[in-house]
Amino acid sequence: MSIATTNILVVGIGGQGVMTATEILAEAAIALGHDVKKTEVAGMAQRGGVVSSHLRFGPKVLSPQITPGTAHVLLGFEAAEAMRWRHMLVPDGIALMNTAQLTPPVVDLGLYDYPADPVGSMKDSGCRVVAFDAMAIAKDLGDIRLGNTVMLGAVADHLPFSADILLNCILQRFARKGEKVVEQNRKAFAAGRAAVAATAEVALA
Amino acid sequence: MAAIAPVPAQSRLLMSGNEAVARAVWEAGVKVAAAYPGTPATEMLEVISTYPDLYAEWSVNEKVSLEVAVGAAYAGSRSFCCMKHVGMNVASDALMTLTLTGVAGGLVIAVADDVGLSSSQNEQDSRYWGRFAHLPVLEPADSQEAYEMTKLGYELSERFQVPVILRLTTRICHVKALVTVGERQEHVGAGFKKEPARWVMTPSGAARRLPLMFEREAALKAEAEVSPLNVIEAGSDRRLGFITSGPAYMHVKEAFPEAPVLKLGFSSPAPIDKCRELAALCDEVVVVEEVEPLLETELKAQGIALRGKDILPRIGELAPPVLKAAIAKLRGEPVPAVTAVAPMQVFPRPPTMCVACPHLGVYYTLSQVRNITIAGDIGCYTLGAGHPWNALDTCISMGASMGVALGLDKGRGESDKDKRILAVIGDSTFLHMGMQGLLDIVYNQGNVTVLLLDNRAVGMTGGQNNPGNGLDIHGNEAPRVDFVKLVQALGVKPERVHKVNPYELPVLFKAIREEVKVAEPSVIITDQPCVLTEAYHKLKPFTVMDDKCTGCGNCVEVGCPAIHVTRREKAIKPNGREVDLNFVRIETAACTGCGLCVQPCAPDAIVHAETVVPINILKKH
Repeated sequence: MSIATTNILVVGIGGQGVMTATEILAEAAIALGHDVKKTEVAGMAQRGGVVSSHLRFGPKVLSPQITPGTAHVLLGFEAAEAMRWRHMLVPDGIALMNTAQLTPPVVDLGLYDYPADPVGSMKDSGCRVVAFDAMAIAKDLGDIRLGNTVMLGAVADHLPFSADILLNCILQRFARKGEKVVEQNRKAFAAGRAAVAATAEVALA
Repeated sequence: MAAIAPVPAQSRLLMSGNEAVARAVWEAGVKVAAAYPGTPATEMLEVISTYPDLYAEWSVNEKVSLEVAVGAAYAGSRSFCCMKHVGMNVASDALMTLTLTGVAGGLVIAVADDVGLSSSQNEQDSRYWGRFAHLPVLEPADSQEAYEMTKLGYELSERFQVPVILRLTTRICHVKALVTVGERQEHVGAGFKKEPARWVMTPSGAARRLPLMFEREAALKAEAEVSPLNVIEAGSDRRLGFITSGPAYMHVKEAFPEAPVLKLGFSSPAPIDKCRELAALCDEVVVVEEVEPLLETELKAQGIALRGKDILPRIGELAPPVLKAAIAKLRGEPVPAVTAVAPMQVFPRPPTMCVACPHLGVYYTLSQVRNITIAGDIGCYTLGAGHPWNALDTCISMGASMGVALGLDKGRGESDKDKRILAVIGDSTFLHMGMQGLLDIVYNQGNVTVLLLDNRAVGMTGGQNNPGNGLDIHGNEAPRVDFVKLVQALGVKPERVHKVNPYELPVLFKAIREEVKVAEPSVIITDQPCVLTEAYHKLKPFTVMDDKCTGCGNCVEVGCPAIHVTRREKAIKPNGREVDLNFVRIETAACTGCGLCVQPCAPDAIVHAETVVPINILKKH
């Protein structure tokens, strides 16, 4: 990408670790010497509400907010949330989305319907879509909390810097929690990368 | 939070505006910092409390926090106070006379406006306090400026012996950006000097101080005119120039990089001459300010021709696409499409109460009681107005549930004559501003049943400590309020005060049903902790036995987000009526075993996940 500012939008719901994931992406951008701004609507977000975290980096970042239609990457921690923010992408942007569906009480009460086919809707809208079940991957690795690192692994090959820089930032975060946790996260990161690569190959074939 | 070793000077750190202000407060040698939590301002004091060498406190409300800071500043020490925008409404009684006394030690008051309403009941513009109280206002545009202007604020405050307002918005407080931090400078306070003509504000004293206040304001205006915080960037496209401040500056630069801009960092008193200078540079001027047309009106009164809220929105953030659209319209150009694709239609996802929240039991119960009006308050329990409970009828400001309930009682119309009036308030909100309202209910013999939801935390802002949980800002032990004794001391009869466990639905239901029938003030106190705090202890999770679930949907009415409907069916009852059936599952990984959903489950289909046998213990009532 030879653009001045890179815009990455990370979305999900309160409690999923969206803000932490964006912070780690920001640390990676800082490590490369970029100017960085990160913003989100927080406050009531921890109550299971919508969370969208904006990350912008480049030589000099002014407004912290991503203008609709200018996000280069959309990282969706939840299927319907990826749909909610689809319009933020540039025309050739890519959406990396977790297929896991988390229904809010208003859907369980029958007041609203959950979209029938989030991945299909995203594809029909004309953007590039890579979908994978990050929760299942994390469960297979033995800890649902690894979902966050799986998501970061998924985005790793769609950034204007090498995946290793991001991996190092993640592992640094977990360093004080011991070698076992570091290894688990290394595996989760690799699994996220592999899931996206595998889906992309299927699409090409 | 415990004190940690601060990061060394010259480090370049990713900091939110709140963290940057906190660092600057420590570096400026502040001795006393006080606040009441409130989004988006909360983290300032949370972070300050982790620094050594200063005193930090959670005050019971914003007015007290300002008064604590004022006392420290009178004593010659540097002090700090921060609050969300509505907090200043509470503190303003002190503020409006503080401007007459001024200060000895530096005082910076950070006020965070929630532009865009991320977590507030209104969107007000705190820059008005600068005009109202004749005080200087500084407006940073990002974290680095928040850091620098906080430190500059102390110099300004001491030079002019005036409290300084640092005006922040959500887009400063909660944006993380790179900040280069510096050294801490020790500030030695001069000590309190008796000066009754200044510190004891009487009518005659105020009459003597008023002219001094206006002299000070004139001197501050002269300072603003030459301040390096107010800068003209000449630009290359002189057709249109902008006067702006705060985060709106970043939006203007993003949208119109070639345009002349006057960026106001020291925005009150307004540097009128500087604004004229910018106007002389360009064909037309637009004032871009969040959110009221404050500067615009002042400049127009000075005869400066300009545009403002006639072309820009009156509400919300002035982000680049908003600005581009407005200016295109002004120029008669086609308005650029915001996005290539229209936003997809997806269900709303409003904030919900947490899994196992003790308030769930209260709102489930209230939703089952008929013929009541419920005055609500500010906190997590405001969410009780939403689905599925729909059990909150009013909410305006901190502590208002008490007075509003009394007014609903005294002002009841003919159609309400049989209505029972309830008020719902949290522990911290009660201590913040509710106590006086309850005293008013008692004194004026109102017929109100108060539900005091004591979850031992300021829940909505992240579970901060308060006098109700017996822990100070650092988590150390502090005297704890006894709510039963407190409400009795305010005059509620002992037999009208009940302490109940909100997870025991039959007990709660009985207490509410009985107290609303009694025509005098009563208080029902719930006593279980917020699930997000350390005081909460998880229990064994539950699951639903599919073969036993009849789809009655009673558990769904509890409103716990761990309960999900797996399928819906229609059924015809023996009386011929059609009913909706909702078969459910419990997200066992999220369930913490509070047992609320077990109690209304008609077929006893909810069981402990590990045992998979029916549990009847909770149904003994």
